[in-house]
Amino acid sequence: MKIYNKLILNSIWIVALFFGLNYSLETGIIDSYYGGIIMIVCINIILAVSLNLIAGFTGQLCLGHAGFMAVGAYSSAIITGNLELPFFLAIIVAGLAAALISFIIGLPTLKLKGDYFAITTLGVGEVIRGILINIDYVGGPRGFRVLPETTFAWSFFLMILTIVVVRNILTSSHGRNMIAIRENEIAAEAMGVNAPKFKVLSFAIAAFFAGVGGALYAHYNSFIDPATFNFLKSIEIITFVVLGGMGSITGTIIATVILTFLPEIFRDFQDLRMVVYSVALIAIMLFRPKGLMGDKEISFAFLKKFTSGKKQSKGGQINAKS
Amino acid sequence: MELVQQLINGLSLGSIYALIALGYTMVYGIIKLINFAHGDIYMIGAFTGFYFATTADMSFIPTLILAMIVSVIFGVVIEKIAYKPLRNSPRITLLITAIGVSLLLENGMRYLVGPDPKSFPSLIDESSHTFFGLQISNIQLLTLGVSIFLMIALEFIVFKTKTGKAMRAASHDTEAASLMGINVDNTISFTFALGSALAGAAGVLVALAWTTIDPYMGIMPGLKAFVAAVLGGIGSIPGALIGGILIGITETFSKSFEMTSRLSDAITFSILIIILLVKPAGLLGKVTREKV
Repeated sequence: MKIYNKLILNSIWIVALFFGLNYSLETGIIDSYYGGIIMIVCINIILAVSLNLIAGFTGQLCLGHAGFMAVGAYSSAIITGNLELPFFLAIIVAGLAAALISFIIGLPTLKLKGDYFAITTLGVGEVIRGILINIDYVGGPRGFRVLPETTFAWSFFLMILTIVVVRNILTSSHGRNMIAIRENEIAAEAMGVNAPKFKVLSFAIAAFFAGVGGALYAHYNSFIDPATFNFLKSIEIITFVVLGGMGSITGTIIATVILTFLPEIFRDFQDLRMVVYSVALIAIMLFRPKGLMGDKEISFAFLKKFTSGKKQSKGGQINAKS
Repeated sequence: MELVQQLINGLSLGSIYALIALGYTMVYGIIKLINFAHGDIYMIGAFTGFYFATTADMSFIPTLILAMIVSVIFGVVIEKIAYKPLRNSPRITLLITAIGVSLLLENGMRYLVGPDPKSFPSLIDESSHTFFGLQISNIQLLTLGVSIFLMIALEFIVFKTKTGKAMRAASHDTEAASLMGINVDNTISFTFALGSALAGAAGVLVALAWTTIDPYMGIMPGLKAFVAAVLGGIGSIPGALIGGILIGITETFSKSFEMTSRLSDAITFSILIIILLVKPAGLLGKVTREKV
């Protein structure tokens, strides 16, 4: 019964959060400018949490997440714009297209060890962008107009879906296998974990949600061009994950919210902003390489322990109680 | 004739990539770091050259040398501040730090000089010579000449001097090298210095040929030089040369055909993926087995 209580409690506060935000957006308590930023926050959380699955939990740094986002953005834009099919179908196709490409790429490359995976995904991101520039059907370098279909509800609930799916994977035996691969691939294989299989699985799921995020972004921004999805975009998503803590979903969410809002607040210091951003990235790597949260999660159980003054248990486990 | 002409253009571009790729490959060989900031050192070289040439009215050779010196200072300082404390950290930490340094150099430079491209002064009057119906500009000849000179100098330092011996020893086995009395920290700094000098020189040469420079100019050539290093076999100096030339020639050829002209970047990165799938050690790289 305890599990159901938790489920109900979580659902209640999620729905409450949604209606709270939705109400303030509709009545204008939050103006449309900040409403847009909140939607970007949701999309960025989808991208960052999905990247955390492959980079943070499975330990394979993906430098081409923007490429999968581009695949999702363009395929969904074709579905809604050129084929005039409904938006939910576009989102599913976007995710599947990105996952398919990651599967094709991942199958041979994830057998390699070390930095090769990072290098290959970097190359894949650039190749995807290079190919998109050359397809006149989607506008080539001029960009592509997309119908503005993304609403707050879409981005919010897909964000929740992403978080729930990633969290449930991590608390399952599949997730434990992925974490084992991150900790020590050779040891994990010796324990009978089929490392290539779980790396490909993790990569494909991450790419699926990157595609979904790309679809939402395309239909939010109502204009996409290949230059949006460049190497710097991939780096931006990596920054969210790294600052939040590779291996902490809540850390990623907190870092994404802060790092998406902060630039908007400091809009006047546009040029200096990126300097501070990069110094922060270096400083975090030098002084707290675990990121904001390390591999800890904030949950109700964690907060209860925190307030009652008990010490957190240390170790590489992820905190599964929430 | 057209073919040979493109070959010459490719050679000149490829020698630039080779200069940058050498820095990637030497650093990777010694501390196993993909130094993403290396492409930006090349940008620093170009901008230093720009300021010495415009404010101090210097001619080509002093500009080149000063740009190389400033690049060396940048390279060594970055190594000391950002990479040295992380010597024993996981590789992913080091990689992300390198990305951070790269962003810092780009945006710091953008903050200082503004986002607009600057036009590089023509230190040398461009003229083209015709040999047997082939057009070669003097800047192309200069690029080739300077690159070849620098590569020979590098070859001499790495294979004929004591410091070079220390570099090779450290890249073979860092721990054993330090047990044999080699100061590994200094050797690593020296490797960064050498690589940065070459990248700085490449920056000035490119600025001379393309005439515009901007703070983000280092990203693409940096990534392509990195592809060149991987293609030749990362960690191998002759590999970086061959890889650089091959990538340069591929790029000029794909740009010269109507059908593939816009695909040239995609083709370059496809080469990277194919090489990693077929022969991950690269053309001249050694296959290393992981010991448990």
